[in-house]
Parts: sequence; C-alpha cells; structure tokens
Amino acid sequence: MTILIPRRTFLVGSATAAAAMTVGQEARAAGPVKAAWVYVGPVGDFGWSYQHDLGRKAVEAALGDKVKTSFVEKVAEGPDSERVIRQLAGVNDIVFTTSFGFMNPTERVAKQFPKVKFEQATGYKTGANFAEYNARFYQGRTVAGTLAGLLSKKGVAGYVGSVPIPEVVMGINAFTIAARKINPNFQTKVIWVNAWFDPGKEADAAKSLIDQGADFINQHTDSPAVVQTAEARGVMAVGEASNMQNFGPKAQVTSNMDDWGPYYIERIKAVIDGTWKSQSVWLGMKEGAVAMAPYGPAVTPEAAAAADKVKAAIIAGTLDPFAGPIKNQKGELKVAAGQTIADADLQKMDWYVEGVQA
Amino acid sequence: MRLKVEPRRQVSKPLQYATPPLSVLGTVVAAFVLFAIMGYDPLRALYDLFVAPLGNVQGLSELALKASPLVMIGVGLAAGFRANVWNIGAEGQLMMGAIAGGGVALAFYGREGWWILPLMSLAAVAGGMAWAAVPAFLKTRFGVSEILVSLMLTYVAEQFLSYLVLGPWKDPEGMNFPQSRMFSDSALLPVLFDGTRVHAGVLVSLLVVVVAWVVMSRSILGFEIRTVGLAPAAARYAGFSQTRVVWLTLLATGGLAGLAGLFEVAGPIGQLIPKITPGYGFTAIIVAFLGRLHPLGILLAGLVMALSYIGADQAQVDMGLPNAATGLVQAMLLFFLLASDFLVRYRVRLVRPAATSEPAPAQKATA
Repeated sequence: MTILIPRRTFLVGSATAAAAMTVGQEARAAGPVKAAWVYVGPVGDFGWSYQHDLGRKAVEAALGDKVKTSFVEKVAEGPDSERVIRQLAGVNDIVFTTSFGFMNPTERVAKQFPKVKFEQATGYKTGANFAEYNARFYQGRTVAGTLAGLLSKKGVAGYVGSVPIPEVVMGINAFTIAARKINPNFQTKVIWVNAWFDPGKEADAAKSLIDQGADFINQHTDSPAVVQTAEARGVMAVGEASNMQNFGPKAQVTSNMDDWGPYYIERIKAVIDGTWKSQSVWLGMKEGAVAMAPYGPAVTPEAAAAADKVKAAIIAGTLDPFAGPIKNQKGELKVAAGQTIADADLQKMDWYVEGVQA
Repeated sequence: MRLKVEPRRQVSKPLQYATPPLSVLGTVVAAFVLFAIMGYDPLRALYDLFVAPLGNVQGLSELALKASPLVMIGVGLAAGFRANVWNIGAEGQLMMGAIAGGGVALAFYGREGWWILPLMSLAAVAGGMAWAAVPAFLKTRFGVSEILVSLMLTYVAEQFLSYLVLGPWKDPEGMNFPQSRMFSDSALLPVLFDGTRVHAGVLVSLLVVVVAWVVMSRSILGFEIRTVGLAPAAARYAGFSQTRVVWLTLLATGGLAGLAGLFEVAGPIGQLIPKITPGYGFTAIIVAFLGRLHPLGILLAGLVMALSYIGADQAQVDMGLPNAATGLVQAMLLFFLLASDFLVRYRVRLVRPAATSEPAPAQKATA
C-alpha cells in the first residue's frame, strides 16, 4: 500500500474547485473510499431521502473506517444540482445522486471527472463512469392494490402522484390492475403535485381525493403528509419509501418500503476492490430492495393472507404484475392474455390502464 | 411603563446606506453563536459560507451564474416598486420567457446559424412581456390588483410548462420523461471561460444594470416613474400618465424576467424541464429591497444572495452543516435588514405612565 497524505485532512476551502480539476484526474489515493450522496429532499423527510440516508448509514456500519461518507440534502433539480455534484466530485471517489432530475447534470459532471464514479437513481442514461440503479416499486404497488381491492368499501382509491415519469405511471397501473383483479369496478383517482417533496401540496391532494370519495389513499411522494391526512380523516393509506406507521397508526395498511443499504454496500465494496463497473440495474422484492411494512390494524386476516400470497408469488417469479389481458383507459386491449410488458417498454410507460382517472 | 413606536422626524441618509452592511455583520455574529451552539467549528462554517466560494475561478463563475438572473429580474422589479407597481409574478414571466425562447430553439432543432440565439432572446422577451401585460391590462382597465394577478399567473405558467414538456414538446428519445430535447449547439449560450458554466448572459445582466442606472437616475422617464410612486397627485399635475408608467414598468420587468428565464434554459440547463427555476422570481424581490431599489445596490445584493446559496452548499459538502442551519443564516440576514430598516425610520420610546393624562394609580391610593 502506498502511503499518501490522507485526503481526509484536505481542507475543502478556497482550493476545492481548483483542486477538483486535478484530484479528479488522479488515481484514487490510499485511505478510506469517499462516498457522497445528493438528496432531493431533507434527510428528515421520513420517506425517500430518509431511506437513502439509512442506506448511507448502513454503508458506514458495514464498512467502518474503509469508507468516509457525506451528503448534501434538499438539492433542487436543475442547475443548482450540477454545481453541488461538481463540488462533491472534486473530493469523493463515488457520488450517488438520488433523483431523476439529477440525471443530465450527473452525466455532464461525470464527463468532466472520468476517474470518479457516479451512480444516479431512477433515470435511464449510463456512461463509462456513470451507472443507473432503480427499484421495481411497482411490485409493492401490486401488493398494495390487492389490499385496496379487498379493503376499500367504496371501491375508489386516491393516488397522490409526484412527477409523471414512467416509474410513477407504472406504479399507478400496477396498483389499479391488482385492485381490479379483486373488484372489477375499482377506480383510481390521481392528483399530480408536480414535486417530489412538498408536504403542503401532498396533504392538499390527499384531502381533495378523500373529498372525491376515495377511502384508500396511495402515494408516490416523499413525505408522510398523505398518511397523516388519511389518519386525520379516518381513511386507509399506503406509506411510501419508509415505514410511516408512526404518522398514521390506524390509517397505514402497509408501506412500500425501499432498502438501498445492500446495494450501496455492494457498490462501494466494488470501488474499494477496484472492480466497479458501470451498469444499469433494476432491483425488486427478490433482492430485498422493495419490501412491505407490517400490516396495519385495518387489514383483515383474509386480506393479509391474500397480500402475502401475492408477495410470495412476485418473489418466486410466478406472478407478473403486468401479465395480460390489460386494457387502456379507453377499454382497448393493450396487452393480450398470455403476454406481458417487457422491461424496456415499462421503463417508458406513458399510458394508463382501465380504471385510472387521471 | 409601555413602549411607544413613533416615526423619526428626520431619517438619516448615511444610516440608510449603512444598514445593509450592518445587517451582514449582525448575521455573521449571530451565525457564529448558532454554529458554536450546534457543535460545529463556527470559523470554518463562516469561511465556507462567505469566503470559500470567492477563492477560485470555479466558485466565482458559479457566483456570477447564480447572481445573474437575480440581478436582472431585481433591476426590473425595482423600477416597478419605485412607481408603486407590485409585480410579484416575475417567476411566471421567467417561465413564459423560457417557454417562448425554448420553443424557438426546439422549432429550429438541428439547424445552425448565428441568428438562432438572438431570435430566441427576442421571443423570450416577448413571452415575458406578454405574461406581464395581463396584470398591466387588468390594472389599468379595471383596477384589478396586479399583486394577485401576477402571482396567480405564476402557477398557470408552471402548469403550462409541465404540459408542454409532458406533451407536445416531450423528447421523443427521452423515455417519456418530462423533458424536451437537449438544445442544439446554436441554441446554447456561449461559455465565457472553458471549464466553467458562466455564459454570455452574465454580460447582458451587467449591461442591464448600467442601462437601468442611467434610465432611472438620468432620464425623464426615470423621473416620471419615481414621481408617480412618490407623489401620484403631483405626477398627475405634471401630466405624467400613471397608466403609461404601469404598462412600462410591468413590460420592462416581464421582458427582463423572460430573458433571465431563457438564459437558464439556454445556459446551464440546455433543455426545457418542469422545474427551471429555484424561485429566482421571488428571491429577486428580496434582492431588489436588499439593494435599496438602486441598480448598483441590486447588483451587490444579488451577489450576496447568490453567495449565501453557494456557500450553503459548500458548508454542507465540507462539514455536513445541515441545510436548515444555512437556511437560518439567510433568514437572519433578512431579519436584521428589516429590523434595522425599521429602527432607522422609527424610534422606540419608553413611555412612563406619569406622563400620560390618566391619573396615576399612586395618586389614587393617596387620595
């Protein structure tokens, strides 16, 4: 092992960016691998960013002094994110950017820092030193949809959508398909808040959906505001990214949880070993990246058994959430019986299935 | 005893100019205490926040990039504020400018030519002006508050932008993500220094400051605007048309905001996306007042505001200072400024009960 001045003591100050230009070109110095995360929300959002930060902490716990981690929270998607990513690239070996809006900025910075590794969650571009990772959140939505079909008395669910990217659209579809397998008349009403983290708007959307007759609320936003609103209004809700039970002890039937820890540990180990390669992965329930929170009090034993069965079938690979026949909103057959939707088509999904009101 | 607030008979001019730097000083002292209590090295945090970004080319270029839209919009807003025209919808005008200019870029996608950027700029100015013309028309014709109209139109612009990037202007190769194509090279602003993101738009914003300064302080138009704001009755007597001033200031602000919006999408972003501004149109209101509604003051204020954002990132990257802590520093800056402004204009006096006309309770007791 060659011994060099540990980069840890390198004061990030006036020299940062000037140094960044050169540090980026150097081979990795000995000492701990430096890994940084860029979050779109605050680490205290108790949802998406919080869960990524738990992943970061899992890395620290697993790899100890072989790694040094840091993060920047509440980074706006757009030009500000590129500046933050560049600052981090100057002093880190690997940078994880955890929102879709960071994709193009990350790609640009990755080209300027060929020796630094970059990984971006929920996008679609890759490069020599730029990897993509995502989770099959829709698998959890299928479980949630099963619960909704069995538990919703009105047969109407509300869905608080964040930004209409394929990942969110396919979640709405998976949820509705599963619910309609049980209740063929099931309807899902969608409201978009056009933000990942905006508790005020999220709560308003939930209220409006409940006023429109929904008694089961799902969400694809980052804060527990939806679960809190459901609790206050006495309807059921599905948490997102993290277990939000504390925010809705009666309301939360389950939560579509993410676990990024194992992936982050694996990737940073690869950097330490020098085996890191660019890739594009889509992890699911089988890998443990998507998991369901323990069922809440509103879940009947029968519903729990049905949901468990669906979960087990997805993990075993015997149930495909997008197996045909699937009709679109107009009632036209989009996927024939015996067919399914390929991953490549799912990743650019921009149409809704029958029963979605958006 | 009670406190009484009364206006000062004479407002000290030097004090008025001294309060912004004094507020910065007050913020630094308060932040020092705050960081120390939180267990962070206060000197290092302050260094990261206010000094580190100034020490190198990359930091300076980012500062110019971030300050440019704030200054450009702030200068326009200030002209309106001086005439009592309260346009708080610059955010929406910025988006409409970006949409109009970006639309030109997309219409000529793949084409080359020196004329594309000027055409985009013209379209952006027109787009911002068109959006500002709505409150101008409603105010001058029906007396509708421009505050409400301009603000509400911001949300309309936001939805319109979302609709475009999700619908007709969606990148056909973009996997159905809400974004337009990346602009062609001819539709991107030239970068001033290699390796940075600082672009030609920054020079335009400097030019805007100079022009605004000359217009506001040296021209009859500037005098007209100021008179309408300070003494509407006198302005009417002098034959200055209030309607004209409302239209002029709103269109100027809208045009500048639209151009600032274009400089974002044709500069660091390079395409249309749903979120093109982190609230520049609103922050520019603060910048305008921080800069005492004077173009040169606004230039300084824009730089200080931009520095506080970039420094906040720096402090997070370097020492893990939470985002909320740096947010507090920005809030304190405004608090100190508003508080000192208040104290310059008003004085707080202790009033003793004996000095009032009511009989003091002590007298009652002896009676």
